[in-house]
Amino acid sequence: VENVRLLDRLSSRRAVLGTLYLTATHVIFVENGSETRKETWVLHSQISSIEKQATTATGCPLLIRCKNFQVIQLVIPQERDCHDVYISLIRLARPVKYEELYCFSFNPKLDKEEREQGWTLVDLNEEYNRMGVPNNYWQISDVNRDYGVCDSYPTEIYVPKSATAHIIVGSSKFRSRRRFPALSYYCKGNNASICRSSQPLSGFSARCLEDEQMLQAIRKANPGSDFIYVVDTRPKLNAMANRAAGKGYENEDNYSNIKFQFIGIENIHVMRNSLQKMLEVCELKSPSMSDFLWGLENSGWLKHIKAIMDAGIFIAKAVAEEGVSVLVHCSDGWDRTAQVCSVASLLLDPYYRTMKGFMVLIEKDWVSFGHKFNHRYGNLDGDPKEISPVIDQFIECVWQLMEQFPCAFEFNERFLIHIQHHIYSCQFGNFLCNSQKERRELKIKERTYSLWAHLWKNRADYLNPLYKSDHSQTQGTLHPQIAPCNFLYKFWSGMYNRFEKGLHPRQSVTDYLMAVKEETQQLEEELEILQERLANLQKSQSGDNKVKNKQQDRSKQSGLYTSNNILANTPQEYSNDLKSFPSRSPSQGDEEDSALILTQDNLKSSDPDLSANSDQESGVEDLSCRSPSGGGCLPSEDSGKDSDEAVFLAG
Amino acid sequence: MEFAELIKTPRADNVTLHRPFHPAVEGTLCLTGHHLIFSSRRHDNAEELWLLHSNIDSIEKRFLGSLGTIAIKCKDLRIIQLDIPGMEECLNIASSIEALSTLDSVTLMYPFFYRPMFEVVEDGWSSFLLEQEFEHLSSVTNEWRLSCVNKDFSVCPSYPPVVIVPKSMDDEALRKVALFRHGGRFPVLSYYHKKNGMAMMRSSQPLTGTNGRRCKEDEKLVNSALRSGRRGFVIDTRPLHVAQQARAKGGGFEQEVYYPQWRRIHKYIERFNILQESFIKLVEACNDQSHNMDRWLSKLEASNWLTHIKELLTAACLAAQCIDREGASVLVHGSEGTDSTLQVTSLAQIILDPRCRTIRGFEALVVREWLQAGHPFHQRCAQSAYSNSKQKWEAPVFLLFLECVWQIHRQFPCSFEFNEQFLIMLFEHAYASQFGTFLGNNENERAKLKLPQKTMSLWSWVNRPEELSRFQNPLYEANSLVIWPSVAPQSLQLWEGVFLRWNRPSKFLKEAEEETINIIKYNKELQAKVNALRRQLAEMETDEEAQEE
Repeated sequence: VENVRLLDRLSSRRAVLGTLYLTATHVIFVENGSETRKETWVLHSQISSIEKQATTATGCPLLIRCKNFQVIQLVIPQERDCHDVYISLIRLARPVKYEELYCFSFNPKLDKEEREQGWTLVDLNEEYNRMGVPNNYWQISDVNRDYGVCDSYPTEIYVPKSATAHIIVGSSKFRSRRRFPALSYYCKGNNASICRSSQPLSGFSARCLEDEQMLQAIRKANPGSDFIYVVDTRPKLNAMANRAAGKGYENEDNYSNIKFQFIGIENIHVMRNSLQKMLEVCELKSPSMSDFLWGLENSGWLKHIKAIMDAGIFIAKAVAEEGVSVLVHCSDGWDRTAQVCSVASLLLDPYYRTMKGFMVLIEKDWVSFGHKFNHRYGNLDGDPKEISPVIDQFIECVWQLMEQFPCAFEFNERFLIHIQHHIYSCQFGNFLCNSQKERRELKIKERTYSLWAHLWKNRADYLNPLYKSDHSQTQGTLHPQIAPCNFLYKFWSGMYNRFEKGLHPRQSVTDYLMAVKEETQQLEEELEILQERLANLQKSQSGDNKVKNKQQDRSKQSGLYTSNNILANTPQEYSNDLKSFPSRSPSQGDEEDSALILTQDNLKSSDPDLSANSDQESGVEDLSCRSPSGGGCLPSEDSGKDSDEAVFLAG
Repeated sequence: MEFAELIKTPRADNVTLHRPFHPAVEGTLCLTGHHLIFSSRRHDNAEELWLLHSNIDSIEKRFLGSLGTIAIKCKDLRIIQLDIPGMEECLNIASSIEALSTLDSVTLMYPFFYRPMFEVVEDGWSSFLLEQEFEHLSSVTNEWRLSCVNKDFSVCPSYPPVVIVPKSMDDEALRKVALFRHGGRFPVLSYYHKKNGMAMMRSSQPLTGTNGRRCKEDEKLVNSALRSGRRGFVIDTRPLHVAQQARAKGGGFEQEVYYPQWRRIHKYIERFNILQESFIKLVEACNDQSHNMDRWLSKLEASNWLTHIKELLTAACLAAQCIDREGASVLVHGSEGTDSTLQVTSLAQIILDPRCRTIRGFEALVVREWLQAGHPFHQRCAQSAYSNSKQKWEAPVFLLFLECVWQIHRQFPCSFEFNEQFLIMLFEHAYASQFGTFLGNNENERAKLKLPQKTMSLWSWVNRPEELSRFQNPLYEANSLVIWPSVAPQSLQLWEGVFLRWNRPSKFLKEAEEETINIIKYNKELQAKVNALRRQLAEMETDEEAQEE
């Protein structure tokens, strides 16, 4: 469709004219602008909702909201075209078969061997070995080898050595969806462990001997402690309501030596609505501070984040400080339980705070234990009530921790944002389906590529420059502050407003330090070469032919160093009063900011961001993220040329 | 008066000091004329705490049996607690602290007694003279002149002896204009934008009154900042109705009829007790130990502090935008021209002028736009957020300015030569200091107190290389461009460095800071090494060539 206008969300008059293309996998908008031809790519699987608004004199507006929090407003001149686009997108955004998803057509031009190697990057067996199991207390069980006991669990499950197959099967019959207690994290230092399960089918009075024996076995696997914590991550009221349906929670009288604890994390429906409310706040046009803060409070989002974090902190404390094992469950044990177990593991074990370790953690607590990615993130058309930002919340918890412990994580914010993006993108096979069983049936590993290999290949982009493996905050357990007055839980604009670059700091400390570190590395190399040459020269007084080359290198480096400071920046709409004042000469302002225009060359590459993975490109080339290595390309959506218009327009 | 009279008990033993995130320490408490000194008894790690009495905002005492507890709340927002055995001792100490921290007379303040332990290299009292600023200005334009019309402070008591005014205005005309402006604060040059020759002036409100008085000289003065054929903006920091109401009290605003080339914009910036209350509420929220997120957010919102930040930044950006983008001159004023006016003009300069983002340039800005411009520091910073006095002249006007600078700094972390610590240091010294810089309400009072002769300037201390290194931003790279901050709520954050400073463990953030410094230091060392080696190589090679020839 031609002559479509793409509106800027912040000011309705800042719009660009272009052509809209629909392909099998993407929505593509190409600007008409003669030089730049800026492109915006959106994967169909990222589309969360499409809204056709009332036709106006200028055309028919179409609002596309994406799961990665991008909002695109288009105005299509012809009502009929708009309707066609709308209908097509509705169909394209809601595939009914896995085979329609992008990962089955995505081809990053890797050969079969490379693809297979990619899938071996994260190996859970290796991970359990790293933790120190199997050992005297824990063993691998094959009861679930053909998913016979529990179809949402992996085939390989670690259980206490004293738990016989009989106990496991018996226990599984007494648990929702037969998700029996299994090992999630084992603490080598003191034998304490984190186990996970679903709720018991206790109703008002039912009990199950095998299940009680199972919990006993978990306690015995930790000889240092005479009890275990059983943590129900639901609010007490919800758990009690479940009893009426024959489910519920452990009765302390029936289980010997357990301490039972509720931690009130709300259910997926509350979380979905909370996110919805917060996004509405993000979408407000020029909100006042009160609107924003009130909306943020009203959404309850940060309260929920804190609840998850508090639960993780409780468990980490029990394991690390008290040396007590913990069994965690919620209702089905695949949402809140996954969140809480992974937050606790992250706090406990520095390995999970490395890049590789974080991939392992997601693979372990989310992918293998049957977190329902397909349902929660709406990859296939399904029940909208199943959708909920469960892993988004976990990712945000990690970000909040990064704010509190700036040197503790090997990876940076960008790493988290890209993982979030790909959980929804369906470009890689990792997060397809609802369980390991389904993924095996679909032969994911043979037919798609692994995100982890892709991220690993580009790991230079995701490094936290402040990370040092021998730092005090890198080692051991993290002890975060929990009261708001001691540590601020902040609104994460880098995630929820990530496409409004104008809202973010204009200079990135991370990028700056990454560039410095890269330069440092080059300097180290050069120093070595120079020293070598000096030694040679002193020895043999020869070898002056290389000098010129080196000097050229050097000038390249200094260019890199200053490039970070090119600011493309225009004033926002600070006042509506100015627009009626007609004193502005049209030419002014352009040449003054000539320094800014330098960045225009990069516009084409900077904008597609993550959504721009065309088939020709090998995976994500998020160029906006690559300024440190890319020399002169600090991405900028507002560069000199159009800035003057942009200044005074009022929304 | 002898301080000894006020000190009923100069010393108490077995006192326990409690601070957040520190283990309790037992030791001895001493009171001197200006300090409260606590020293721990342990010999291995003799920890000492020195607290200026003038830093104490309020104290609270409690008794549990014969054990008295004094909670000391400081103007820098720190709260410490002292357990003092013995009811009488505790009462004596509490009343001594109370008396010493609320001395009436300025000349009894510590700066008059402080003897520096360092050598003064450069006297800060003469580091930032307006004459130097004018010299700099004369190199780019000759449209302005220095006027000494106020040399004896008779024309405007809150102005400095010298000001910069349009060349076309003689001193006689200035005297007339002064009569037409509140408190005699006639329009003076605040900032000259070299890029396009536009000027920012500041003043107080015109005294038009209800019958619409006018002053030809004032109109001439204001117009002489305009380029021919161009218009200007008056940024009034009051909402229209307040400006209109001001007429009843003799004040008012520039009327279009008499100032046809000017367009007035009203940008409301809160002042006085509203700000102080907001400050008090915010600090209260920050000290709330409850773990409840909703409560925290609603208290944060109810304090309105971030709203004030947003409004202020918006007004400053607007002023900067008029100058840089519209190519128009600007006149900024509110009522008295000593508070919101200065906030706007100084922040606009941070945005526009790269010089103001250096350490020295920022110091010059504080001197020029706050101290010399007559911001009444003594009144505004008399008490901080824990005070119960609630005097209407107390207001965190300067703190708001510093926080706005911090907000811009956060968005442009590589464009400022100074770091966050520098801003926090200025906040501390504005409220309690051993230096005389922030004493008095204006240059007139400072001259009368003979501060330059009798006290040490803050700048004499700060600008020593040893101190400066603490305030340098390792990420700084000079950026000659105008920097436009975002004022969206998503882009503004609470200034944790001030408001959560004593309530958060700082270890991890400090480690991050150190790591940043190390990364950059190592890089610079390598660069130096590589350059030296290169030079050495080049020399050897030319030698060699010479030999070959």
